[in-house]
Amino acid sequence: MDNNIRLLTYAEAIREAIFQEMQRDDSVLVMGQGVDDPKGTAGTTLDLHKHFGKERSFDVPLAEDGMLGVAIGAALAGLRPINVHIRLDFMLLCMNQLINMAAKNHYMSGGDSTVPLVLKGAIGRSWGQGSQHSQAFQSFFMHVPGLKVVAPTFASDAKGAMVAAIRDENPVVYIEHRMLFGMKEHTPKELYASEIGKARIVINGDDITLVGISHMVIESYRACKLLQLKGINAELIDPIWLSPLDIDSIIESVKKTNQLLVVDNGWQECGVAAEICMKVVEFFQGKKNIKVGRLGFANTPCPTTPVLEDHFYPNAASIASKVFEMIRPNEKLWKPKHEQAEEVANFKGPF
Amino acid sequence: MDMQLILNLYRQLFLIRSVEQKIAKVYPSDVIKSPVHLSIGQEAISVGICDVLRREDIVFGTYRGHALYIAKGGNLNSMMAELYGKVDGCCRGKGGSMHLLDSSVNMMVTSAIVATSIPQAVGYAMSLKYSASDKVVVCFFGDGATNEGAFYESINFASLKKLPILFVCENNDYAIHSSVQSRSAQTELYKIAEANKIESYVIKDNDVFKIRSLAKNLIDEIRSGEGPRFLEVYTYRYLEHVGPNEDWDMNYRPSSEKDPWKQQDQVEVLGSKIPTDLKISIENDVKHEISSAFEFAENSLFPNQSELEKHIYG
Repeated sequence: MDNNIRLLTYAEAIREAIFQEMQRDDSVLVMGQGVDDPKGTAGTTLDLHKHFGKERSFDVPLAEDGMLGVAIGAALAGLRPINVHIRLDFMLLCMNQLINMAAKNHYMSGGDSTVPLVLKGAIGRSWGQGSQHSQAFQSFFMHVPGLKVVAPTFASDAKGAMVAAIRDENPVVYIEHRMLFGMKEHTPKELYASEIGKARIVINGDDITLVGISHMVIESYRACKLLQLKGINAELIDPIWLSPLDIDSIIESVKKTNQLLVVDNGWQECGVAAEICMKVVEFFQGKKNIKVGRLGFANTPCPTTPVLEDHFYPNAASIASKVFEMIRPNEKLWKPKHEQAEEVANFKGPF
Repeated sequence: MDMQLILNLYRQLFLIRSVEQKIAKVYPSDVIKSPVHLSIGQEAISVGICDVLRREDIVFGTYRGHALYIAKGGNLNSMMAELYGKVDGCCRGKGGSMHLLDSSVNMMVTSAIVATSIPQAVGYAMSLKYSASDKVVVCFFGDGATNEGAFYESINFASLKKLPILFVCENNDYAIHSSVQSRSAQTELYKIAEANKIESYVIKDNDVFKIRSLAKNLIDEIRSGEGPRFLEVYTYRYLEHVGPNEDWDMNYRPSSEKDPWKQQDQVEVLGSKIPTDLKISIENDVKHEISSAFEFAENSLFPNQSELEKHIYG
């Protein structure tokens, strides 16, 4: 094996991206609640202050809106701040700065100024995170012109996407997932930026196109393995970037499979899946008969008790079952046994 | 007093007053198809403070931003073209009166959402400290902004990090039609900053010389690394919150309230200190500049349709 490629966790890959960018460029800085504490935001910002000083990686007051405003001001002055939130839910407190200011500064100034910043936060799940520590807002962010949105699933993509986000001239919302932090993938040591708006084909297949978002790529991957037992070969795509979205790669796949299921890691209503399905339908209508479907969170707040929480999320079995129903509508419904994903079952906080 | 200083300040005050009056005059013809928040009565704050700033110093302001734009050295032709929605405007017609900015004179952000530019000004000041620059940021906002969470978050952070920023609260007593008294427990607004350990001052009469002189001291202190300062200035808006008219008929404020302010109107006060021939010469010069700017705006083109989808991403 190439020495330059090691197994790295998702969290380590994000930290390595930030670390290497901070080494390369003095204008990159990290600001957020607890970024310099002993936990270092699940490891993604761990000890950066020890290497780069308190001026470049620092704790901030509990003032999400104000602190994003500070990051925007710093970006206007030529710095490249990464504004870190432990959880995505707290980003709701800075929507004014994000949407009214960061997203439209370049446009309203007629191109006079830019706001190069990264707004990073994690979607939570499991072990009683409840309604306020589990929310996913990618569709909100995708709705707003001027923002870029990325939600990587695998460590190597997390690294390349973070580097690309830091170097981009626009506000980029970087969405992590708590269940992914410990997952390992072979990741290059060298510094690299991934192509913004480029999807990854995770599994090649001909029978159906399966698009997963964030952690749902992992559950969809497991669903693909179950489906293979039934002789069904799904093509699994991880868009990585949601805005801009690599719709061309999805359309290319559907040309081959004629079927599309999108599994969002978010509420289904007005969600990412609706947008992807609509774009695909618009492309094919009048040309070809295709079938589309979607899955997402139940249309409820996320319950805290584990029994209900388990029903709230799509899982490998429910995804496989849905695919089977789409591909073989005339056969009896197939419901593979649901086994809770190990990262979900093993997660024990403490937060 | 130094006559050259009086002449300079008078020119700026008279320019802003006259531009605003001309905007009010043409507004009913609907050539400016957008809300305008005029600065008439409040010119002295922008003029007094910007007079002691360097060109490379940075200002952040609000939707009532014409006075600041002009006082900071913004191009009047660009401002008027912007108000007319033309492509030669400082924001290519995409910002308009409420969102004037021009980085060439370091006027960075003006916002229609009250108080939202304050934390950005603080962030800019943080970057100046980071790069050990001796530039300063001046952040202008109204009394209404002091009710917003972003204001409290900003003064705390600026004080905590000892950032090179002057906060300027233009207290005209009204947030649209609601008085400070009716919405603030602490009506002496500078004391809110004082409670956050920022050296704070208040000027209660809108006097341009006092404003300039105090601002000069404060800017010097900030530039030498002493951290943020806060200056509240009482002032008065002669016209309605938004639009070109007076609004005494609405009865949310008594018309007698304006009398002391009009008696010390800064344009009048300074004008009276200048020999007549010099005064006429300045005024003619300003009037010429303004009519050229309006002519420039009228003759400038509207943006092409292709501009709609430009500048979404940088």
